[in-house]
Amino acid sequence: MKKGYFGDFGGQFIPELLMPPLIELEEAMESILPTEEFQTRFTNMLKENVGRPSAITYCPNLSKDLGLDLWLKREDLNHSGAHKINNTLGQGLLAKMMGKDVLLAETGAGMHGVATTVAAAMLDMKAVIYMGATDIVRQAPNVNRMRLMGAEIVSVESGTKTLKDAINEALRRWLSDQENTHYCFGTAAGPHPFPTLVRQFQQIISKEARQQFMDRNEGALPDVVVACVGGGSNAIGMFHNFIPDTSVKLVGVEAAGTGEPGCDSSAPLDHGTDGILHGTLSKLLQTEDGQIMPSHSVAPGLDYPGVGPEHAHLHATGRGTYVTINDSQAINAFKVLSRREGIIPALESSHAVAYAIENRDALKGKSVLVCLSGRGDKDLGILDQIL
Amino acid sequence: MNPMQIKIEEANKQGKVGLIPFLPAGFPNREQFWKELAELDAAGASVIEIGMPFSDPVADGPVVEKASLKCLEDGINLEWILTELKKRKGQFKAALLLMGYLNPVYQYGLDTFAADCEAAGVSGLIIADMPHEESQFVKDALTPHGISLVPLVGLNTTRERMKLYAQGAQGFCYFVSVLGTTGQRESLPARIKEKLAEAKEVFDIPIALGFGIKHPDQLKEFEGLMDAAVFGSALITHIQSGKSSDSFMEPWK
Repeated sequence: MKKGYFGDFGGQFIPELLMPPLIELEEAMESILPTEEFQTRFTNMLKENVGRPSAITYCPNLSKDLGLDLWLKREDLNHSGAHKINNTLGQGLLAKMMGKDVLLAETGAGMHGVATTVAAAMLDMKAVIYMGATDIVRQAPNVNRMRLMGAEIVSVESGTKTLKDAINEALRRWLSDQENTHYCFGTAAGPHPFPTLVRQFQQIISKEARQQFMDRNEGALPDVVVACVGGGSNAIGMFHNFIPDTSVKLVGVEAAGTGEPGCDSSAPLDHGTDGILHGTLSKLLQTEDGQIMPSHSVAPGLDYPGVGPEHAHLHATGRGTYVTINDSQAINAFKVLSRREGIIPALESSHAVAYAIENRDALKGKSVLVCLSGRGDKDLGILDQIL
Repeated sequence: MNPMQIKIEEANKQGKVGLIPFLPAGFPNREQFWKELAELDAAGASVIEIGMPFSDPVADGPVVEKASLKCLEDGINLEWILTELKKRKGQFKAALLLMGYLNPVYQYGLDTFAADCEAAGVSGLIIADMPHEESQFVKDALTPHGISLVPLVGLNTTRERMKLYAQGAQGFCYFVSVLGTTGQRESLPARIKEKLAEAKEVFDIPIALGFGIKHPDQLKEFEGLMDAAVFGSALITHIQSGKSSDSFMEPWK
């Protein structure tokens, strides 16, 4: 397989001026990541600061309601409230050991921005966070958290003022400021080596979940593993160590937006075509002329017209099954999980929970392990407006 | 020899720097765009760079981005650009170059794009988001049609990487003067001279300096180190203020 590719997808479609920092990063991955110093420090941070291993939780009430065994991998219990911290601490430590002192990041839902800010504070680095103006309004609690922890927030006013445009602006900043700055890319997309690097830091989700599930189920594996997919970092982390287990069905849940005809969804695997955006060849929502279409989801973290290249590969080969859940189905799951189990999921994760609810008949009697990628406190403002 | 190189060397033989103006296709509107191109041509442009508008132009600064997005709103696409250029084939003294991002070209179909470029009299192509590592499949499509892929290098490009870009390169080498996006700047980095000299040694085609260029006075200190100058944002701003391309070109003549 060509370097940086997953089957036909991946690559490094990026201006030449960004190649030197990407090459530097790739070399650091090979030379620093395997060292005992990195591994010891990273493992200790995950244990002491993140709270890993995160629990898996059996949901007795919902399992009874739905007629299946529902389990959650609780990334929402991580410090800062989502799976994002696994990646930002990994990249932050790597950047620190590379001699960088600024972590640059884009964020949609704000969880990656918060996690990057936490990593920067812990590692005595500066955090610069690019966020679409629309998302700044939608995710005010996270913006406040980032400011409190010392991040510089840059409001992105161009384009759709969401995640896609925040990535564009962050890439521009990195173009001009690369000597001391590491671009802490937030999902398993972007140019090589980011899809591989982010997966490396997120695969701990499935490493833990697989063992935890077997420990609780006399060595048996789950029938179905489910995760929501925006760029796809929690999903690739949740899938990775189950990929060789061919009996386990891997289900990625994309956002269908409002679900109405004409809505610009956030489901490039379901509705998109092959194309190039943000440094990678993958599936995209685009016009026939190759212009990137705006996306929509009630969950800001899923509101992205592209997807990580490894998901495009899993989709193309059939190892992953990708489905869609719309805004109202996700909001219903948000309410149901909150009321039946006392767990408030992020709107992003609610899409994955909704898969189990909406497909209860087909899943009857099966064990379903859902990645609860983040907690929903941040979304209460959005829900206040809708409900 | 590629027409772009011929035109730049013609200017150099007359003791002048080759002039490479950039305008997004369809800017400031469909009709006026062709008038601007004709003025730039008549004013002595060696190569005219025509921007292929893209929704997510990460290498462009605010002036070019805004102009390009306006063109997209006006419905400009590759089909329009190539069809209109074909109608005007042979009307320009300057060599023609298309510059943009890979996805629109990829969706158009590389082989069809290359054939249509040849039919439209286009000599070269710049893809801002395609480094050497990903370029072979594009070169394979362009070469049979005599279209050259213009290499982009910059202040942080090592000599080793310049050598990769120099292999088989035709037309000219686009040297990006700053680490950043397109746009006018008050001053250019001091390291340019050293890196330009390196590029001069590595490439056997003309070197064009771009990004941040707004006036010929900026080029005096780089005499002998570059053969052509690319300017876009300054020209766009000039036209937006109601002035003509011809008057912009006056100090450069």
